[in-house]
Amino acid sequence: MSKKEIDEVTGTQTTGHEWDGIKELDTPMPKWWLGLFYITIVWAVGYWVVYPAWPGITGYTRGILGHSQRDEVTANVAALKLARAGQEAALGKASLAEIQRNPELLQFAMAQGRMLFGDNCVPCHGAGGQGAPGYPNLNDDVWLWGGTLAEIQQTITVGARADHPKTHQSQMPAFGRDGILKEQQVDDLAAYVLHLSGRDANPRAVSRARTLFAENCASCHGAQGKGNREMGAPDLTDNEALYGHSLAAVRDQIWNGHGGVMPNWNGRLTPEEIKALAVYVHNLGGGE
Amino acid sequence: MSTIWVVENSAPIMVKHTVISRVSDRTANGAAAVPGMAADGVARSDAQASNSAANRKLYKSRVPIYPKEAEGRYRSIKWAMMAFTLSIYYLVPWLRWDRGAGAPGQAVLVDLERQRLYFFFIEIWPQEVYYITGLLILAAVSLFLINALFGRLWCGYSCPQTVWTDLFIWVETKIEGDRGARIRLAAAPWTASKIAKRVSKHTVWLAFAVATGGAWVFYFHDAPTLLHQLVTGTAGFGTYAAIAGLAFTTYTLGGLMREQVCTYMCPWPRIQAAMTDNDALGVTYRRDRGEPRGHHRKGESWEGRGSCIDCNQCVAVCPMGIDIRDGAQLECINCGLCIDACDDVMRRIGQPLGLIAFDTEANIGRRQRGESTRHRFVRPRTVLYAAVLVIVSGILLLTISNRHSLDLDVMRDRNPDHVTLTDGAVRNAYTLKIMNRSGKARILHLEVSGLKARAVTAIGIGPVQGALSVPVDADRIRTLRVLVTVARGDLAASRSVTFTLGDGEDSRTTTTAFVTGERP
Repeated sequence: MSKKEIDEVTGTQTTGHEWDGIKELDTPMPKWWLGLFYITIVWAVGYWVVYPAWPGITGYTRGILGHSQRDEVTANVAALKLARAGQEAALGKASLAEIQRNPELLQFAMAQGRMLFGDNCVPCHGAGGQGAPGYPNLNDDVWLWGGTLAEIQQTITVGARADHPKTHQSQMPAFGRDGILKEQQVDDLAAYVLHLSGRDANPRAVSRARTLFAENCASCHGAQGKGNREMGAPDLTDNEALYGHSLAAVRDQIWNGHGGVMPNWNGRLTPEEIKALAVYVHNLGGGE
Repeated sequence: MSTIWVVENSAPIMVKHTVISRVSDRTANGAAAVPGMAADGVARSDAQASNSAANRKLYKSRVPIYPKEAEGRYRSIKWAMMAFTLSIYYLVPWLRWDRGAGAPGQAVLVDLERQRLYFFFIEIWPQEVYYITGLLILAAVSLFLINALFGRLWCGYSCPQTVWTDLFIWVETKIEGDRGARIRLAAAPWTASKIAKRVSKHTVWLAFAVATGGAWVFYFHDAPTLLHQLVTGTAGFGTYAAIAGLAFTTYTLGGLMREQVCTYMCPWPRIQAAMTDNDALGVTYRRDRGEPRGHHRKGESWEGRGSCIDCNQCVAVCPMGIDIRDGAQLECINCGLCIDACDDVMRRIGQPLGLIAFDTEANIGRRQRGESTRHRFVRPRTVLYAAVLVIVSGILLLTISNRHSLDLDVMRDRNPDHVTLTDGAVRNAYTLKIMNRSGKARILHLEVSGLKARAVTAIGIGPVQGALSVPVDADRIRTLRVLVTVARGDLAASRSVTFTLGDGEDSRTTTTAFVTGERP
């Protein structure tokens, strides 16, 4: 470390380190690089003065500009709200049918709806509203609580099995788990439900379950199994089933009586936002 | 000597010249040289090539260059080109072009806000960026062709870097004086007069730099409106920032860095080295005639020696600070100022002009072998470049002249890619982008065909019976979501869907897949 040595070839001083005869040149930094480095130091000092910089025990140095990213976000959001205020108000006043007819309003509602759907609905219903077992597909023509614009708006507002006083309430009993029916009876009913949607099922089980269905299921699902939207009871004759339509899935649903929860969004979203969402969901293609 | 453009490989020439230079201290005829004189009446400049092989280092600080003002044919061409190119730059934004109401009236305008590019009668949308690609290919191939035929005319006369550097050197010469005065000023102590000169030079430079940035922004907004806003201080922050940014780069690149940009930053010198050959014209020192060089006295014979009296005037005028006698080199921008300087000297010593001239390496070889010189403009590479130029321009002209006033993009929903309904029917959703490129609002008719659809619905318009009427504003895109449903029994025959959109003037058709979710 101590001896100073000038390298013959380059004329540059070495660092004095030597490893097996290999020495390291102490090449000076390029001037432009050093210059930039000094500029960043000066910049940093200026930054301390102007912007929030140093943490203290009870707070931090605020800087003479009084800049705050939180305030900036608040201001940006306020500016956005202001920019949207006109269309938002128009959306609030227009009826759902009017929105559907007015291209400008429809475009605004669809844009708002897409954003809100992404923020609030996608975790359960999927990015395209395609649903998943237990979470309804919003694209098809199956609507437990109705698929008109007004009905979709109502479902988003009050939710299902949620905290809203007017929330959609329906309860599929857990026929097997709660001991209402015997295991054999549940098996027979499952075969019967398959038969209802026109699929192959054990004929003896089907005939055994006829009375069981009339006594236990028809009150909600109807004598023909066509369902009842008033009660949120699904149609058992179509090819769609929320929890799957294999024999095992149908049996499981009769045994356990699953019922998911759709939150009521009236507390989190404004009426205008719910309107936009309803228009968006309706226009996914399944709307009635 | 197959190619001497790659300087790193041209060491033999360098070495030869270095030796000759050393001999030249005695003069070619062995007579004692008069210090400071190359010939009677011609002073020997002490200018040194900034890139000479002897001085080359891996890391090198800039050698200041003080180009002497040249006079002659090429200098005049350069002044004319400077006036011409700067006029284009400053005047084009002020040309007007009537496109009717609702469209900008500026002939050349890049409208970033509305995402349109206007060039006289052409209007380009962001979706048509391939026109720009075509123009860039044309520009590049033209550059190659001109380079193969006449050398780096672009570098010497048209490149903004060259033009602005030339302008800045002109300012410097006007304020500080010619080469000698500037060298003396640089070495002089900081007197009031030196400070005054330097301050005024940089002020004028900055003024030109701001004017450069100031003209640039007019290409992006309506020029008269923006000028008013700029003067009254009501233009946007971005506009002022753009002016400041361009002023900074102009000042730095044109005033301070100059030839360093061409030597170290620009890729073109390297590229063109690979793209040229011995038949390409270039500013050439005719070494067959010039060597051996050396001091010449009046009345001495020119027998047995070259015409070059080693006065270094070619080096003194060079804005790149190089010595053309070292052969072709990547620093040379082919501006021809050394030709002017040399011709002037040849005139004074009574020798034929053109010791330095636009010539080819091949011709030097021919003269050395005693053959007659000729120019081969038709060569495989020039034919190829010309062919590419013709083909690409042809394609561009064809596409621009057949440009549709209407366009239709169809994007199928991919999430979910199909929806099965309770009765087994399948629905696909498509987002249609309808582009009306004409200057008037139109009502377009949409037809869906190619499959047996049970229902076709356009969101916001309703079910489609036969043809659907879609109103689209002038110069706008309308997005339309269309749902197509096919009954279960017709799925096998429904694998694709065709959308036809048009009115009496124009019609566009797009065919895309219909996904049924079943194996075909």
